[in-house]
Amino acid sequence: MSQGILAITELVDGAFKHISFEVISTGKRLAQTTGGPLIAAVMGAGVDAMASQTAEYGADRILVADHEGLKDGLADACIQAAAQLVKTSDPAVVVIGATALGKDVAARLSARLNAPLAMDCVDVRADGDRIVATRPMYGGKVLAEVSLNGSPAIVAMRPRAMEAVAAQGAGEVEKVAVSLDGTTLRLVEKHMETGKIELTEADVVVTGGRGMGGDDFAVVEALAKALGGAVGASRSAVDEGWRPVSDQVGQTGKVVAPNLYIACGVSGAIQHLAGMASSRVVVAINKDPEAPIFSKCDFGIVGDLFEIVPALTAEIEKLKG
Amino acid sequence: MEIAVLLKQVPATESMIEISDDGTAIKTEGINWVMNPYDEMAVEEALQIRADTGGTVTVFSLGPEKAVEALRTALAMGADTAVRIDPEGKPLDGLATAKVLAGELKKGTFDLIVGGHRAVDDDNFQVGPAVAELMGIPHISMVIKQDMADGKIRCTRTIDGGTLVLEATLPALITTQRGLNEPRYASLPGIMKAKKKPIDTRLLSETGTDPGEPKVKTLAMRLPPQRKGGRIVEGESAGDKAAALVKALREEAKVL
Repeated sequence: MSQGILAITELVDGAFKHISFEVISTGKRLAQTTGGPLIAAVMGAGVDAMASQTAEYGADRILVADHEGLKDGLADACIQAAAQLVKTSDPAVVVIGATALGKDVAARLSARLNAPLAMDCVDVRADGDRIVATRPMYGGKVLAEVSLNGSPAIVAMRPRAMEAVAAQGAGEVEKVAVSLDGTTLRLVEKHMETGKIELTEADVVVTGGRGMGGDDFAVVEALAKALGGAVGASRSAVDEGWRPVSDQVGQTGKVVAPNLYIACGVSGAIQHLAGMASSRVVVAINKDPEAPIFSKCDFGIVGDLFEIVPALTAEIEKLKG
Repeated sequence: MEIAVLLKQVPATESMIEISDDGTAIKTEGINWVMNPYDEMAVEEALQIRADTGGTVTVFSLGPEKAVEALRTALAMGADTAVRIDPEGKPLDGLATAKVLAGELKKGTFDLIVGGHRAVDDDNFQVGPAVAELMGIPHISMVIKQDMADGKIRCTRTIDGGTLVLEATLPALITTQRGLNEPRYASLPGIMKAKKKPIDTRLLSETGTDPGEPKVKTLAMRLPPQRKGGRIVEGESAGDKAAALVKALREEAKVL
């Protein structure tokens, strides 16, 4: 039976997303148990020069699918290429990042290959001849251990759940010619929010809730900037139209896992907690001492956020200065 | 335009979840079951499209008897017919669910299939794209805006850090994301009309689709580590509190 692990990477604007290194390191751990080679899959257009970076995280082999049709990183082209790379490498496990693209690729690949899939995992291990993954369910209120029976087993890892660990791999590059005849999507436009740190990838998130009282998030933005973090919003703030849906942290928004999460004027509804419970350290600032969030944080300040938050920003600047 | 909507009945997001005694599932007593919020958006979008183009909206759900409630809600919102596939107690993982739904969808000729990007219980993000793969049609997930013209659908979808506008030829499948629409409430006349609309019940064993044994099995469920109440940082002034917090974050939490 095949024991190889195929780690599917993702490039954006010519650079690997950090999740790709996390995925390769996860693959390396699995490969150490299964005994198989760790194979990195690199897909894109003009990506030859990037491929060898995967060896810095332990890739023994690197399959490169370099094709003009992959330049936009669209799901349908990536799925076709990925399926061909799976065929080439015949892995026991496919590991991929559970990014917007990765989720699409993993889901369609599972149907194409009739393969078991565990989505948005926070841990994974090889246990005998099956793969066991740990994944949140019910908006993160539950952690489930699931077994995947079948080959390949597809595991999509939640960004920031696993560490990227430097390790030297042999990194033998093999170019794979892929055919993308069946592509069905056309990219019409792409709008990236430049200068904004993506919430799900941020080390620090500062969120404004109903307590912000309006769409003036300047104090929250200033604190996020001082900390090099991203700005989030609670559902209340989004429903009020103060912030865009893409800023929402919560069960029906984004799930974040930063090192530091600062909730400003957020009451702490169950669904909001579901979106930030994996944060390493949680700070709550709210003028209501009874706010539920105070029972779900590490540190809290009871007070007016419009005084506290700027004071925090000033203290952070002092640290840096 | 013939539109199919995929919907699932799930525990409401404000539900307190407890693990069953055998540790492999959640306790279902006392849970408030609702239509998956993203599927509500799917029904709404289908109804808006039908208002433009004419045609029919058929809602499909793979679920036990209780799921009829969610189907009735969809009918009350304005869907034309509903199909419930009864799993007959058989355990089904995401891929198996997709196989069964695809099998039923192939029995019709739908121009567009609309589903939620995920169900808020399983959080698999799987069924929509997997159904599209099994049907050999394109899909676009996390759609926040769509338009159709000349046999094509053009969608704005969210990705990490931005949006893409993508175009696909119909038939296609799209999944909804928050921001696409605000689902309507079922009106009283709608609820009354819904009582006369047909719900076609099909037993899994009669569908002709054999999903096989589930390849993904839940071994155990546990509650994640719960953060206990935090330490309230005191101080005379905002500045004092801020300074004390930063000190704690540096020296105790070691996060700064």
